[in-house]
Amino acid sequence: MVLVIRPKRTFSWADLKELWQNQELLYFFTWRDLKIRYKQTLVGIAWAVFQPLTTMAIFTILFGMFAKIPSDNIPYPIFVFAGLLFWQLFSASLAQTSNSLVANQNLLTKVYFPRLLLPVSSIFSNLVDFAIASVILAVLMIWYGFIPQLWGLLILPLLIIITSIFAVGLGLSLAALNVKYRDVKYALPFFIQMLMFVTPVIYSPSIFGTYSWILAINPMTGVIKAARAALFGLQPINWGLLGLSALAACIILAIGIIYFKRTERYFADLI
Amino acid sequence: MNTKPIIEIRSISKSYRIGEAKDYYSTLRDSMGTLFSKKARQDSSVFWALKDVSFSVQAGEIVGVIGRNGAGKSTLLKILNRITEPTSGEAVIRGKISSLLEVGTGFHPELTGRENIYFAGAILGMKRKEIASKFDEIVQFAEMQQFLDTPVKRYSSGMQVRLAFSVAVHMEPDILLIDEVLAVGDLAFQRKCLSKIHETARRDGRTILFVSHNLDVVQSLCDRCVFLEYGQVQSVGPTEDVIRAYMARMNSAASESRIDFPSDETKMFELSSVMLRDSEGAPETVIEAGKPFSIEVEYIVRGTEPSAFWLVAQCMNENGTMVFGSIDTDNNPTLTKNRMPGSYRAIFTFPNSGDLGLNVGDYTLTIRIHQDPTREAIFSFRIEDDIDKYIHRAGVVFTSAQWRVSRLGE
Repeated sequence: MVLVIRPKRTFSWADLKELWQNQELLYFFTWRDLKIRYKQTLVGIAWAVFQPLTTMAIFTILFGMFAKIPSDNIPYPIFVFAGLLFWQLFSASLAQTSNSLVANQNLLTKVYFPRLLLPVSSIFSNLVDFAIASVILAVLMIWYGFIPQLWGLLILPLLIIITSIFAVGLGLSLAALNVKYRDVKYALPFFIQMLMFVTPVIYSPSIFGTYSWILAINPMTGVIKAARAALFGLQPINWGLLGLSALAACIILAIGIIYFKRTERYFADLI
Repeated sequence: MNTKPIIEIRSISKSYRIGEAKDYYSTLRDSMGTLFSKKARQDSSVFWALKDVSFSVQAGEIVGVIGRNGAGKSTLLKILNRITEPTSGEAVIRGKISSLLEVGTGFHPELTGRENIYFAGAILGMKRKEIASKFDEIVQFAEMQQFLDTPVKRYSSGMQVRLAFSVAVHMEPDILLIDEVLAVGDLAFQRKCLSKIHETARRDGRTILFVSHNLDVVQSLCDRCVFLEYGQVQSVGPTEDVIRAYMARMNSAASESRIDFPSDETKMFELSSVMLRDSEGAPETVIEAGKPFSIEVEYIVRGTEPSAFWLVAQCMNENGTMVFGSIDTDNNPTLTKNRMPGSYRAIFTFPNSGDLGLNVGDYTLTIRIHQDPTREAIFSFRIEDDIDKYIHRAGVVFTSAQWRVSRLGE
């Protein structure tokens, strides 16, 4: 095994290979995240149930009952919950990915491991919360008389992958930027909130009428739309829109990886 | 086995732009400002932490890296460890490399001892199976079977150190990088670690690169040494020769009897001046054998509340052997954690006597505030006995102890 250390490394396929060889460390990072997340909390993992349920209840009262936002003939609680399910996965992953480097600066400055592992591992711990929320959605759907469609469930993994690619892609750039400019830390919650309003979480894209294509630039639009179509079976899946979302997510990921690798060598010096 | 060196360092340099370094981080607005004005960019000066460093290490060697604070030792290790990249030059490493981390790196306070062993092991590059198979050995070495399921945040710092070392000591890389870490922890455990490292290194033909201030340890552990100064290699060779060169350098660097530091009000703890005085109280760097001498230190403690603070004095002889160490709280234990803000003067007197005194020769005395490693006062002084008042045998000290000789029979 010969290792050559020299300046100026940019992205190469060897990086992905290295990532693959470090699966075990990826597992350990995820495992640690999960262990720490609910330690010294009173109700522990129950937060993963409580949080989406409360959000759904408030949104249903505000937007469903009072504002009467149209929800494509789907009962508003499950309509908004389906949106929230993917939105929470995205926003929690994005927030965690963006802070992953700064939060682990004591590791970054003292030990070598493929740096990409930190942002990437942030996704997996959020999948656990996603799984719990999915079960709640299933229960709610049955309550409202919607039987989840089998073929609709099959498309879920694809939607999870697109969401993760988008979150990691954007998160990689933000994490690298965060090392140099801590502005990211302050701007991020605000940014995520803004992003939620241009994503059809609490409303249906149909309220924009002919302008709804503008929303399609945001990959989460395609994902949430497809999720509702697949789960409730009232509309066909718009494959074109979903394909566009997938493409946009992949481009964002590519930009993220390249930017991350280009700045990576300064991390330990700057952080 | 090939005969190529296991570590080959070819003119590695590393520069930092001052202002970019360490605890400083910019905000977007700052750098947008510099983006448009070229002048601001050129103003930032460049600091070379390492300059054109080359040397190589053969498989199975234990090599020490010595040098003063800021000489570039840690930067060199960081580059070999791939934590930071060199600005130019390259290093070729032929084997699996791992490092003994600063205490507790990779430890998470909320996780239990057991969980932390696994996580720290994994981040050091061990496989899960490997950790599992060594788990019992690690726990036993750290002597903490009964605390395995307690969160690490409830451990004393000594216990954390022991656990961290145990994990690290049980790794089996081809090359192990060690940085200073052995300066902490209790003495008995330190020795246990050293002998474990030594033993496995010799047995498995492991290569070790060892950075330390503790010349005694370097001397007992290392075959060869590299002496770095201002980021450049001053000398490479057998440990004894390099340490001698290092000590000579330390001695020539300072032969003043008084060292004054520029005042710096941003420092929480500021070492202001240090003076060496002979038994008469005169500033002096030549001390008569068998006469006490003293060090007078002035310092300032800032802040609004009492702080943890202590002053350390260390003395080494020309071979780099530690002659004595002393801390100002040794006989004032209550001062350790509650030093009130204010300016202070401390006088340390070494009871150098004719019955038991430092032998003639050159010595180096270092004074520093433990909590501020960025400043240290280094004196060199000489013990002389012009009129041969005492009998000087080989050794760090001489003694006029009496021999009582009685003839017991024929």
